[in-house]
Amino acid sequence: MKNTFVKRLTSGLLVTGLLAASLTGCGGASDKAAGDDTTAQAAGSNAGYRTLDEIKESGTINIGVFSDKSPFGYVDENGEYAGYDVYFAERIGEDLGVDINYVSTEAANRIEYLQTGKVDIILANFTVTEERAQEVDFALPYMNVALGVVSPDDAVVESLDDLGADDEVIVISGTTAETYLTKNYPDIKLQKYDAYAEAKTAFENGNGVAWANDNTEVIAFAIENEGYTVGIPSLGDQDTIAPAVTKGNETLLTWLNDEIKTLGGEQFFHADYEETLLDTYGADYEDELVVEQ
Amino acid sequence: MDNLGIDVLFKGTNFIRLLQGLWVSVEISIVSVVISIILGLVVGALMTLEKMWLKVILKIYLEIVRIMPQMVLLFIVYFGTTRVFGWDVSAESAAIFVFSFWGIAEMGDLVRGSIKSIPKIQFESAFALGMDKKQTYFYIILPQTIRRLIPLSINLITRMIKTTSLVMMIGIVEVLKVAQQIIEANRKTSPNAAFGVFAVVFLLYFIVCWPISRLAVYLEKRWA
Repeated sequence: MKNTFVKRLTSGLLVTGLLAASLTGCGGASDKAAGDDTTAQAAGSNAGYRTLDEIKESGTINIGVFSDKSPFGYVDENGEYAGYDVYFAERIGEDLGVDINYVSTEAANRIEYLQTGKVDIILANFTVTEERAQEVDFALPYMNVALGVVSPDDAVVESLDDLGADDEVIVISGTTAETYLTKNYPDIKLQKYDAYAEAKTAFENGNGVAWANDNTEVIAFAIENEGYTVGIPSLGDQDTIAPAVTKGNETLLTWLNDEIKTLGGEQFFHADYEETLLDTYGADYEDELVVEQ
Repeated sequence: MDNLGIDVLFKGTNFIRLLQGLWVSVEISIVSVVISIILGLVVGALMTLEKMWLKVILKIYLEIVRIMPQMVLLFIVYFGTTRVFGWDVSAESAAIFVFSFWGIAEMGDLVRGSIKSIPKIQFESAFALGMDKKQTYFYIILPQTIRRLIPLSINLITRMIKTTSLVMMIGIVEVLKVAQQIIEANRKTSPNAAFGVFAVVFLLYFIVCWPISRLAVYLEKRWA
């Protein structure tokens, strides 16, 4: 521990010293700084990404996953990564015959990680959209997402057309649910909340007749809380969730697609669902959520 | 206690992981703070020199640090350098670089202010005693400057420690990220864990920052 600390201190001092030197006008220092900054683990010859062979050769694959989005990607009490995405990642590592280095990603930096080649694959509940497909390459999907609407048992909303003129639907601002309802059902009154917790409290207090959100969220809510039913489990466009690789990384993409097809043959993602998602979403929604090729 | 959710911290290795996360934050902070103090003193002294080109360069540097949010700097150094120059900077180095870059500028400005606040007569008296410029700075100005600097730099240092929570954006798992992981992993069994876990994180930050401010009080008294 102490050695790495001292090493970091000296390397940090060196780098910063060089920066200060170049700032104070000692020309020529910048070339040297470039040399020092580049650490030993330089990213292969293809600036940007590592090909399948390069990954196999190095013996380690870098996979970006969420570390705090249970049950898709999270860290259990023993410090091990777990979840639906991680279950799949483990299999990828096994089939490639390499070790896995998990990188903890956030929703906001997933594309950056791929574009800079700092991870080889993103498996972080990544919804396929047209905009994202221009930045990264998506493999075949392994999960479905859509919107869902949950309502109290005694007044289940099964279709948005049944809503009365004064009925209000709860949504969280900035979510796909808000965008979809505003666009397709402009007559429905929306009650908007900024955070999940606020929306949840408002819904439990009966401020709205229904709550629209990602279907995984509303299904989990209905299972965790007695007295609520998901009247509309799948609303609007079906989106899919797929692994993503750096744009242009053909070899890895082809391998991933073949892998997903092979896994489909053994119903791997159903096994994955039963292992990781069953507790949260129950058996009823298995075929709704899982995609096999 | 149960409904505060503190019990989730004692499941498995959770508490050890939280402390490891704290060490990651502290390590990045200490390294950056040490670099910032040492180089900040140099940069601050340079800022007081009457050289036009030097002033312009340092002014631009300081303004960049003031204008750029630390998050943007982290993204530029961690992802931007890879994208533009193809350098593969490790996340820790990127974090230390950004926090030092920020610390040196602000520390420099504090040093500049402190030096400027030393009455002119101190310089004149030193020169009158036959000291040269180097001696004046080293024996007369610097000791007085440092005393004035202490309360100012404590603000900067504790701010830097707290801002290290941003490094989770470049994939470093520090104390706050571990806390979020623990809360999320137990979302179903202890939905209220957030309160207890964040309370403990608050306490951990306090344990780190409090001795620093006590040290400052001690030094201020001793050197007064």
